[in-house]
Order: sequence, then structure tokens, then C-alpha cells
Amino acid sequence: MLIKQSEDFKASEVTPESIYRERRRFMQGTLGIASGAALLGGAGLLSPSARAIATDPDAKGEELRYVIESELSTDEELTSYDDITRYNNFYEFGTDKGDPKKHSRRFKPRPWSVSFSGECEKPGVLDLDDVINPHQLEERIYRLRCVEAWSMVIPWVGVPLGPVLERFRPTSKAKYVAFTSVLRPDEMPGQKRSFIDWPYVEGLRIDEAMHPLTLLTVGLYGRVLPNQNGAPIRLVVPWKYGFKSIKSVVSIAFTEDEPPTTWNIENAREYGFYSNVNPEVDHPRWSQKRERRIGFFSKRETLMFNGYADQVAHLYEGMDLAKYY
Amino acid sequence: MNGERRRSGGVARTGPPRWLKPALFAAALIPFGYLAVGLLADGLGANPVETITHVSGEWALRLLLLTLLVTPLRRATGLTWLVRLRRMLGLFAFFYVVVHFTTYALLDAGLDLAYVVEDVLDRPYITVGFVTLCALVPLAATSTDAMIRRLGGARWRRLHRLAYFAGAGAVLHFLWLAFSKSDLREPLIYFAILVVLLVARLPAVAARLGRLAPRRVAAPARADPPPPSPAKRQAAR
Repeated sequence: MLIKQSEDFKASEVTPESIYRERRRFMQGTLGIASGAALLGGAGLLSPSARAIATDPDAKGEELRYVIESELSTDEELTSYDDITRYNNFYEFGTDKGDPKKHSRRFKPRPWSVSFSGECEKPGVLDLDDVINPHQLEERIYRLRCVEAWSMVIPWVGVPLGPVLERFRPTSKAKYVAFTSVLRPDEMPGQKRSFIDWPYVEGLRIDEAMHPLTLLTVGLYGRVLPNQNGAPIRLVVPWKYGFKSIKSVVSIAFTEDEPPTTWNIENAREYGFYSNVNPEVDHPRWSQKRERRIGFFSKRETLMFNGYADQVAHLYEGMDLAKYY
Repeated sequence: MNGERRRSGGVARTGPPRWLKPALFAAALIPFGYLAVGLLADGLGANPVETITHVSGEWALRLLLLTLLVTPLRRATGLTWLVRLRRMLGLFAFFYVVVHFTTYALLDAGLDLAYVVEDVLDRPYITVGFVTLCALVPLAATSTDAMIRRLGGARWRRLHRLAYFAGAGAVLHFLWLAFSKSDLREPLIYFAILVVLLVARLPAVAARLGRLAPRRVAAPARADPPPPSPAKRQAAR
């Protein structure tokens, strides 16, 4: 696998902010996808450095433009595009890891709108473009740790959630943020069975939601998010087990009380509200001490908060993490 | 082999078709071949270790249940030679259990004994799986003709009733694991099959099954190994 590391780019190659801001205005409403980019490409305005840095020859889908790197990215070896898009837990499309890829073709990620509601001054329903376009797209290469003891390294593309939430002016009563996935049994065969109380719901404490690592994600490997990975818009919270990173989000609500979360409803003893990656607190049915990185045979040690302890440990100071698992 | 011995009894039609045993042997190796070729050709998906664990576990369970199917099927069809396929099915079940456990011990636990011990003691579904493996060891070890003779038919049969326990253990192991996914469909299918196979052994049900069989030969259905006394035979299954 050929991975371009950030060192490959000189500062002079990076499009100055003023220029890409201008292009963004020009392309408003297109989310910077390839069609608009072709228009500009002909005018010779595009430089390759305006693209996301992670590439994979197998990557498909429309390219996202004007994506910048982030210092919050890890430089670990990336999991291949193929593996990221064929090994998924997305029960809306079936419970086998291969089901989401197989059964998500009929899913229509556009048009898409997201409702913002609850304890905030400016609630509203926004088109996806209007949610994302006011912000700078960033590539964030994060470790993803599944509660099932496997992990990946994924080059997501998205915008930090915090500034998006600020636009709706959360009030002092907004202690939590509740997220809801789309409910479309006709396009999501897994939702035709009621073993889970659809739609999928998740939640974060407001300080977790506002944390700079928390990403509202619209792409991976520099391209639009494939259906099986939570198209068109999902959450990525890299220090928590993967199921906290809710997919295909249609509703974001500020709440005063801790919102219900799907896996906690299903099985409270095994899945808590916090679900921070923690090698010291085992899942009742398996150890969380180690994980298998997809693409590798032997297991490796799982890190506290999935290796993001320096950034997030302060959020949980004084909390008994065995109790608030 | 029991088969050869019985052929001298003069009833030509009591043996399985000649091709059946080799065909069954080859068929039982197909999942292993799939895993071996897949492993070498990078064809086992994003998480090959998980694929090996799942496929070997699934086939161990299926083959275990097949061994439990032999007796009811023999009763219902009157084909006594079916019993002579059971040893091979049982040994293949054990083979896949060994592949399953070895994969876990080697690639999940990294041959870390403390890790395995903690898993077996702390996690009920692994406890059940491990006990099931332990129950199958004496069955595999006493599967030879020599061991059957040494133990004697009655004791051998009593020991091999552990197969019910192993079948139930394997189903429970799978059910308990799947519980975390909230999706119990697949393990419940195996559970239902297990229940049917156990119900088929209730005396009343077994007798009814026996009446289904076409009675071409008057000879009593023979179990494998040759039973020592008719009384014991009736008590057995």
C-alpha cells in the first residue's frame, strides 16, 4: 500500500487558505465534489495539494476537494480501503460484517437533511451541504477500536463537531447531545427485523461532543463516505468503542438529561453510556486488553482511551471508569 | 473395522455403499480446504483469524449434531449401516474443534497461558466451549476398535453418551456468544435441531420412529460397536 505521509508536502505546495476559501464560496452547494472541481480544474486553479492526502488505488466514490491535513492525525499504517469498506458493523444492513457492503446499494444518501433541536436558541433543519459547507473539511487519520476487540486506522474526512453545534447556540441546559440514525426499512433490510428498537440512537456528554477530536464525518480516503460506512454523515469519536460513532445521522438534539443509547438499552450490563476504550475494564464476555488490528495476525495491546488519553483523560477526572463504563 | 467383520455375516446389503465413506471423508475436508487455500491466497476477508474461528466452530457444531442424527435416522430408515459413519463424523467434529481452539490459543491468546486461564474461568461462554472440548477428548481417544474392545461395549457406550453433553455445550457456547449481538437467529436454529435430536431419543418417540422403518430384515438394528446384551441395548438410546 502506498501511503503519502504528511512529510511529503512542502508548505509551498499547500493552497493558501484565502484561495481555497474563495473557491469554497464559488462552489457553494456542491460540497466540493468532483463535478464542481472539474469546472475549476479546467481553469488551472486546482493543485493536487488541495486534495486529501491519503489515497488507495481501490478507493471509489466522488473525491472531496479542499481537504486539509490535521495535526490530530496518527501516522500509523492505514487500514486498506477494501478492508474498511467490507468489514463493517452496521446492523441496519444486517448483522454479518459483510452485510453492509452487500445490502447497502439501494440506500440513497442524497438528498439529506439533519435536524438540530432541543436545548438551543436556533434550532433548525438543514440540508447536509449547509451543515458542512461553512466549515473547513479536514482529514483526520484516527484509530478505530471496536468493542469486539478489533481495530483499524482510518483516514476520515469531516469537520469538528463542536463549531457546528455552536451555530445552533446551545443553552446552559444543554448537558448532553442526542444523535439519531435514519429509519428507512425499505432501504435498510436489517431494520425490517425488530431485534433492535430502531432507529439507532447514541449520545455524548456536551463536553465530549465539543471536544476537538470529535468529528462529523462525510468521507474517507478523500472520497465521499460509502453507504456501508454511514453515508452521508456520521459521527467519529475515536477514544470510544466504535458503536458510539453513530452512522447516517438525521437528528442531533441538545438535552438536559443523559439520552438513551441503543446498545445500553439492548444490554445495559455489557454496554454503558460512556463506552470509552479501556483495557482495564473488560467486556463481560471477552477481554479488552488486546485488539487485532485488521491486516495483522497477532494481537496488540489496547491503549487507554484508544491512545487519546493525553487529549481526553481530563474529561473523566475523578470518575470511576469501572462504574461509568 | 466393524464393517469388514460384519460382511462375513453373509448379509450383503447391510453395508453402506462403497463410495459413501470416501465421499463423506472428502466432503468433511472441504471446509478445511477452504480455510487452508483461503489463508494462502488471502481469501478469508478482512479478518482471517475470525473467519477461521467461525468456520471451524460452525463445522464442529454441525458435525457434532450430525453424529447425534445417526441413531434417529437409523431407527427411522432401518439402515443399520448408518452407524458405521458415525465414528468418522465424530472424529471430524473433534478435528474442527481442535482447529477452533488452536486458532484461539495461538492467534487470540498468543499462547499466553494466563490469558487462556483467565478467559476460561471468567467468561462463561468460553468456559462452556472449553468444557465441551474437554468432553470430546475422551471420545476421540476411545474411538479405535482396540479401545472399544478394551472398555467393553457397555462402558464404551456409557462414556460416549458424553456426545449429548458436547452437542448441548457447543450450542450453548454459540448462543451465549451471539447474545452480545442481539441476533440469536442462527444459534437458535442449532438449538432447535438439538432439541429435535434429543426428543427423538425419548422412548416413545424412538419407538414411533422405529415403526417408520421398512422391515426387510428381521434382524434387530445393530449399534456400533456390537452390543453385549439385548437388555443393555434397549436401555442405551
